[in-house]
Amino acid sequence: MQNISKINCKIWSRLGQRGTFFGVALPEIAAENALVWVLTADLADLSGLARFQNAFPERFVNVGIAEQNMLGIAAGLAKEGNTVFATTYATFIAMRSFEQIRHNLGYQQVNVKVVGSAAGMVMGMSGNTHYAFEDLAIMRAIPGMTVVSPADATEAYKLAWAAAADPRPMYIRLTGGLNCASVYDSEYEFVIGKAVTMREGKDLAIIASGTMVREAIMAAEILETRGVSAEVINMHTIKPIDAETIIRVASEKKLIVTVEEHNTLGGLGSAVAEVKSTVSSEAAQLFIGVPDTFTKAATYEYLLERFGLKAEMIAEKILMKIESL
Amino acid sequence: MESLYDDMRRMAKRMRLNALKMAFHAGANGAHLGGGLSCMEIFAVLYRGVLKYDLSRPEWPERDRFLVSKAHCVLAYYTALHEAGFITREALDSFEQNGTELAGHPVSSLKNGIEYSGGSLGMAFSVGLGMAIDAKRKGRGNKVYVLLGDGECDEGSNWEAFLSAPHFKLDNLTAIIDWNHLQYDGNTTTVMDLGSLHKKLEVFGWNVISVDGHDVQELYGAFTRKPISGAPCAIIADTIKGKGVSFMESAKEWHHGVLTEKLYHQALEEIS
Repeated sequence: MQNISKINCKIWSRLGQRGTFFGVALPEIAAENALVWVLTADLADLSGLARFQNAFPERFVNVGIAEQNMLGIAAGLAKEGNTVFATTYATFIAMRSFEQIRHNLGYQQVNVKVVGSAAGMVMGMSGNTHYAFEDLAIMRAIPGMTVVSPADATEAYKLAWAAAADPRPMYIRLTGGLNCASVYDSEYEFVIGKAVTMREGKDLAIIASGTMVREAIMAAEILETRGVSAEVINMHTIKPIDAETIIRVASEKKLIVTVEEHNTLGGLGSAVAEVKSTVSSEAAQLFIGVPDTFTKAATYEYLLERFGLKAEMIAEKILMKIESL
Repeated sequence: MESLYDDMRRMAKRMRLNALKMAFHAGANGAHLGGGLSCMEIFAVLYRGVLKYDLSRPEWPERDRFLVSKAHCVLAYYTALHEAGFITREALDSFEQNGTELAGHPVSSLKNGIEYSGGSLGMAFSVGLGMAIDAKRKGRGNKVYVLLGDGECDEGSNWEAFLSAPHFKLDNLTAIIDWNHLQYDGNTTTVMDLGSLHKKLEVFGWNVISVDGHDVQELYGAFTRKPISGAPCAIIADTIKGKGVSFMESAKEWHHGVLTEKLYHQALEEIS
């Protein structure tokens, strides 16, 4: 495993979450672990898998454009004791092969990591067929699935190692594109299921995952200038969610804000609310995400702005919410 | 060889009798009789003469993998596993009782000889491909068998598997299609005509053989014939749904049915 150095973080952020996960981490992991396989559905080049494919052709399978077959083959390989990473775009892997994931991974608990890339709306002009803002809701509804969404390329790197060492079936949601802005530039403790506090704050807590962690940090910085102190939590694991952290902020803060590049129905916000509802808490919750709608195709930046997922807009929404409390 | 075939025939007969008993005891829950009775000889030949397994080591890495994709045929599957020694008489009697290990669709348990939790059609075939790829690339000699139904071949996922198995040169893989001519809503040619599956699979690059699926000698010949290097094998077994019980034969109503005491005794008599 490489050091989490400033220079590495910078290089990886250029490659983005997907490029770092497949192009950097998995070839390293496969060199140490002879049971690690990678499967793709005609997305090898795009996923940065050339290095893996060249180094480990005997543990690489391209099934063509056939996601259902990919998840079946992945399950068969996993039943033979292998650790299998299967990948294509999040929209296709989470939805076309949903039933294979439920029956093979959830029900039979086989060691397959389903890696959905380009989740959220990073596919921009490709339009709604290529966006995935339901995948967290879909995947976390399957009993026994672990669901993780790293905040940046560095966390994607650490997650790849953690996932390979974890026997549970898992959905890994990779967000953002190339040149994915980083939130980490040095070593930190990454444990699946354990949230990371990125910034302390006393008035409210912003809980975010994936690309939205960086926006949340920047929103908190804006809020600071307006006299509001916000804690920022990177909830990289959506399931099993870090209930302890949620219960803590629910008792400490007057407001919990969830920010996700996902439908506000069923994703991170819902998962947080489910835990919060188990304790008596005065804290209100503000859901920020995609408001249960399809949209016209536009650039990624445009879409993030349209749904209020940029730092300035997140800060404004929070200020308005505070006023209403 | 004749004594082997006789063994297989007698085994299939005992399996049918046990299956009827299980279906009768399942009471009002009913059981998938038609598609179970159609593949009794396929199971008997596989477990009596083809599959390599070790009862004392159910996880033996060199065992042949057998995936039952038309998973509703548990009356054949469980009774065969009983014959093979994986499932006790007591377990068979627990079929479809509350909390049973022997549900209406099989639940993965190597101890019971069951590789895969089936039930949803079109799921297990690709899993078999994964197992065959693993055996090939790791140089293990075991074979992988997958049992499909003809109606089940409507599923697109199975065609992804049909397409890719020759691509991956899985000559360690055998797909058996229980061609019993019926699916839930009627005759397969009426509901969704598969045309000549034999020709289709040949064009796909499979080594295809069509046999009488109730003739143990033909089945055994198909399972043991010389493989073609690089080509997966497909055995299309022409069968009769409900085989052996006159009122169930080729009757779509007996895909899943409830046996009254009178019908149960009539069925037993016909099999005996």
